[in-house]
Amino acid sequence: MTELKGATAAAGSPAAAVAPSSSRSVRPGRLRRPGRQATELIVLLGPALVLFAVFVLLPICIAAYYGMFNWTGYGPLSDFTGVHNYKLVLQDPVFRSSLLHNLIIAVLSLLIQLPISIAIALLLNRKMRGGSFLRMAVFAPYVVSQATTAVLWLLLLQPDGFVDQLLKAVGLGGLVQQWLANPTSVLYTMFVVLTWQFIGFGVILLLAGLQGIPAELREAAAIDGASSWQTTRRITLPLLGPTIRIWIFLSMIGSLQVFDLVWIMTLGGPANASSTMVTYMIFFGFHSLEFGYGSAAAVILFVISFVLAFLYQRFVLRRDTDGALTRAVG
Amino acid sequence: MRSTRTPRKYAAVALMATAALLLAACGSSGSSSGKSATGKITLTWWSNANANPLLGVFQKLMKSYHAAHPNISFDYVPIQNEQYDTKIQVALQGNNAPDVFFQRGGGFMATQVKSGEIKNLTPYVSSWIGELGSQAQAWQINGAQYGVPYDLHTVGFWYRKDLFAKAGISTPPATMPELEADITKLKAAHIVPIAVGSKDQWPDAFYYDYFAVRECSVSTLQAAIKNVTANAPCFAKAGSDLKAFMATSPFQPGFLNTPAQTGAGSSAGMVAAGKAAMELQGDWDPSVFQALVSKGQWQSDTTDLGWFGFPAVPGAPGNATALLGGSDGNSCSNNAPEPACADFLQYLDSASSQQLIVGASLLPANPAAASAVSLSADQQVLQASKASSFTQEYLDLAWPTNVGTALDSAVATFFAKPTTTSPSSIVSAINQAAAQQ
Repeated sequence: MTELKGATAAAGSPAAAVAPSSSRSVRPGRLRRPGRQATELIVLLGPALVLFAVFVLLPICIAAYYGMFNWTGYGPLSDFTGVHNYKLVLQDPVFRSSLLHNLIIAVLSLLIQLPISIAIALLLNRKMRGGSFLRMAVFAPYVVSQATTAVLWLLLLQPDGFVDQLLKAVGLGGLVQQWLANPTSVLYTMFVVLTWQFIGFGVILLLAGLQGIPAELREAAAIDGASSWQTTRRITLPLLGPTIRIWIFLSMIGSLQVFDLVWIMTLGGPANASSTMVTYMIFFGFHSLEFGYGSAAAVILFVISFVLAFLYQRFVLRRDTDGALTRAVG
Repeated sequence: MRSTRTPRKYAAVALMATAALLLAACGSSGSSSGKSATGKITLTWWSNANANPLLGVFQKLMKSYHAAHPNISFDYVPIQNEQYDTKIQVALQGNNAPDVFFQRGGGFMATQVKSGEIKNLTPYVSSWIGELGSQAQAWQINGAQYGVPYDLHTVGFWYRKDLFAKAGISTPPATMPELEADITKLKAAHIVPIAVGSKDQWPDAFYYDYFAVRECSVSTLQAAIKNVTANAPCFAKAGSDLKAFMATSPFQPGFLNTPAQTGAGSSAGMVAAGKAAMELQGDWDPSVFQALVSKGQWQSDTTDLGWFGFPAVPGAPGNATALLGGSDGNSCSNNAPEPACADFLQYLDSASSQQLIVGASLLPANPAAASAVSLSADQQVLQASKASSFTQEYLDLAWPTNVGTALDSAVATFFAKPTTTSPSSIVSAINQAAAQQ
C-alpha cells in the first residue's frame, strides 16, 4: 500500500502538483517581515482578486438581485417581487425537466463516456504504429468549435441525410428515425453528439495520467505472473484514480452547462425535450424579455452547479486535493 | 539592500493600473452614431435583411440616399432574423443602440419603448405619415409614433401550382374541409402537403393565430389584445380546431426540427425546391424562396407559385376573410441624429423607394407603390388585404413579449405532442404569462 500511495503521488495527476499545507511550515528560507509579505500579497493577488470580484462575484450578486424583480430588461428595476421568480422557476415543470436532462447527460457521461475514454486511452497508451495519428484523430473533434460540430451533425442527421443513408446501406434501416425531431429520443441523439465531441478530451486527459504511471509497476506485476487484465484492474486503474476523478468532476460541471450544441441543433425542442437549464434560462429569460425571471434561473443554475461541485470536491476529490480545499477537515 | 518602499510603489502602480483597466472596461463605448465636426453623419442601421433581394434593395436605397445627401453615409449591419431580438435588446438596454434599427412593432415595440431609448418620431413624421393609411397607427403608442413601417405583411398559404396539378387539385381550397381533402390528395400523390418550420416555433403559432381569428369576433380579439388575456372561449375553440387539423398529419417528416427560413432544408427551402406543396407564411416568403434557389430556377418557378388565404372554418363565428399579418419597419434610437434618421425613414416610404422594396417581393407600406406589385401571387395577397375588413397582428407580437413567447412555446409543444397535449394548454400558457405582467 505504501508503494501504491507513493505511486499515486508520482502518477502525474493534477493533484500531485498540489503542495500539502504542512510543507509551508518546514519550507526553508529566510523569515519575511509581515509588512513586506502583505505588500507582496497585495501586488500579486490584488489585481486578480479585484478582477475576480468585479467579473465573477459581482455579476452573481447582481443576478441574484435582478432575480427579485419583475423586469423586462428595459427601464429601471421597480417591481420588486422578492423570491417569487425563484419559486416560479423551481415550480415550472419545464425547468424541472431541463434539470433532469442535465442530470441524464451527466449520468450517461459517467456510464458511457468514461468507460469508452478509459478503453481508448488504454489502447492508445500502447506502443503501436500510427499511435500518434490515432491520438490526433480521437482528439480532433474536441478541437472543433461546438457551433461547427452542431452544424455538421445537423446536416448528418437530416431526414434522409448521411446517417440515415449509412444505416440503410448496412442493413440497419429499421433504426432510422427522426433523430432531432422525435421528443422521446432527441436527448439521446444529443448525447451521442456530445460524446463524439468530448470523448477526445477524456482520452487525452487519461492518456496523460497513464503516461505518469511508472512502467516498472506493470513489469513487476507481469514478473509476478499477473495477467494483462489483472495488471490493468489492480495496478493501472487504481493509479489512474485521481485523473478519473478529475474527469468526472469536469464532465459533471460540463453536463450541467450544456448549451451551444443543443441551442444550435434543436433550440431545446421539440416540446422542450432536449432543453437544458441554460437553454431554459436563455429562452425564458432573454427571448421572453423576462430578465428578472431569467436571472433567477441563472442563480438557481449557479447554486446547483456550485453545490454539486462543492460536494464532489469535499467528499470525492478530497483525497486528491487534501491540504488545498479540504485542509480544515482533512 | 532594496528599499522596502519599492514594492509598495509597485503595489500602488499595479493597483492604479488595475483600476485604470477596470474603468476603461466599464466605461461607456458611447453612442454608435457619428457626427463629425465637419457635419458628416454616419447612420448605423441594424436590420434583419441579411440576404438578397431585400439586402440588395436596402443597399441601393442607402446609396441613392447618400447621393442625395452627401454628408450622410451608412454603417449597415445585417443580422440573422432569429438572433436579432436578443442583440437589439442588449444594445438598447446598454444605451448603445444603433441610430436606425429594424422594428417589429406591436407588443415588442411597446416593451422596447419602456427603455426610453426609442425616439418619439411624431414631430418629424406627422406631416406625411398619414399617407401610409391606417396601418401607421399600429406603430403608435398613446398617439406617439415610435416606428415607421416600410412594408405590409399578410400571412397565407404559398403553394406550388405544379404540385397541386400533379395531385389533381385544380383550385386552391376555400374551407378547412377542402384543405384537408387536398392534403389527402397530395399525400396520395406522394407529395408533402405542407412544410412548416417548427424548430423556430413562431411559424407554428400562425396556425393557432388563424384559428383564433376565425373563431373569435373582431371585438373579442381587440379586447383580448388590450386586456392581455385569452379567457374568451373562442381561444380554447381555436385549440380544438388546431388539434383536429393536426390529426390530418399535414406536415413533412421531421418538421419539429425544421427551421423556417435558414438553408435549403428549411420549410421555405422545401417549397422553393418543390419538395413540399405549400407553406403557411408571410408575404415575404417569395423573397426567401428566391434566396434559397438559383436565379434560373427561381425565374422558372415563379409562375408555379400561388397564394390563397387561410381557409374558412365552417360554423366559426369569426370573420371568414380576416387576415393575420403585420408589418416591418424601423425605429430611431434616442442617440440618432435628427432630422437625418426620420428623414431616411421617410425616404424608405417614398413611392420610388417603395417600388424597389416591392421588387424584393414585399408588399409596400405606401399604397402609392401598389401598382408596382408584379408577381401575380403578390397581387393576390394585396387584393386580399384590400378586400379584408380586418387584419389581426400576429398574436405573439401583439401581446407583450413574454406572453407572445409563452404562446409560441405552448403551440410548439402542442405540435410536438398533439395527441397527448390538451388544446387548452395553449390558453393556460397565455393566461399564466399574462398574469406575470
